[in-house]
Amino acid sequence: MNINYNGQALTLSQPHSLLEVIEAQGAKAPYAVALNGQFVPRSGLAEQRLQEGDSIELLSPIQGG
Amino acid sequence: MQTDTPFTVYGEQFDSRLLIGSALYPSPEVMQQSLLASQAQIVTVSLRRQNSVSAGDDFWQLIKDTGLRVLPNTAGCHSVKEVVTLAQMCREVFATDWIKLELIGDEYNLQPDPIALLEATEILIKQGFKVLPYCTDDLVVCQRLADLGCEVLMPWGAPIGTGKGLLNPYNLQTIRERLPNHTLIVDAGLGLPSHAVQALELGYDAVLLNSAIAGAGCPVTMASAFHHAVVAGRAAYVAQAMPEKEVAAPSTPTMGMPFWHQN
Repeated sequence: MNINYNGQALTLSQPHSLLEVIEAQGAKAPYAVALNGQFVPRSGLAEQRLQEGDSIELLSPIQGG
Repeated sequence: MQTDTPFTVYGEQFDSRLLIGSALYPSPEVMQQSLLASQAQIVTVSLRRQNSVSAGDDFWQLIKDTGLRVLPNTAGCHSVKEVVTLAQMCREVFATDWIKLELIGDEYNLQPDPIALLEATEILIKQGFKVLPYCTDDLVVCQRLADLGCEVLMPWGAPIGTGKGLLNPYNLQTIRERLPNHTLIVDAGLGLPSHAVQALELGYDAVLLNSAIAGAGCPVTMASAFHHAVVAGRAAYVAQAMPEKEVAAPSTPTMGMPFWHQN
């Protein structure tokens, strides 16, 4: 399965949940996640299954003006 | 002495009328010292991909250590969908309903898109957000934002990062007069403390800036200068300036003048 993770192409050998992929990528809290442009609350990460072509955005605090 | 009214953002009162950004500083240490010197109580932050160079827990820990109230922004968004998603993500990460809503309509001068801004504001308010919209100095746009439920409005002084000051004081003054009970903050375009003084003298409740401090030769000193500027500008507003006159009027009494002009 091919997905996109923060702008990078990623190939998964088997279906995974969103949380499994994020953890496998070494994500460090604090962060928030969007799947295909839609916000996924932290409570929903484990049950969200991924599909071919999904796009994940994992965002963390940064300087802002 | 005239008494002042408190600076209020969605029911929360603050002593400082300076809101400050956390970007563009030469180092994290200078950022932290500048935040301290500004005496600001609200700092703006954002979200970016975790694999970007400057995102991460270290920065967030620095901000948390300051104890400042955090105002997340949606900088860089160009559509309603983008700002709504980013606002939802900000709410989860920063644990606040506040959102500085930035929705850019023109890439050249980063001018807010007023139509999309109204649409996004309506959606976010329905989702429970306390929206602080960064908007142009258009009176009707500000009125529409107020009608939607924005208690705070943040018209620009000038395009982001230009340091040009208040390009259209007349527009800003008109907004102040037409929305007397809203919290108004001049956001963006300030370059000098005198610009902040002018905004506060016009009756604006506060100013929000970043580049003017972060881009100064000595950000820490400039942060202090802006602190004093907002204090001075607010005091001048509360004191009520003398009316302008078209002809000279002597300030020294002419009664009892010796030697000349005497009959």
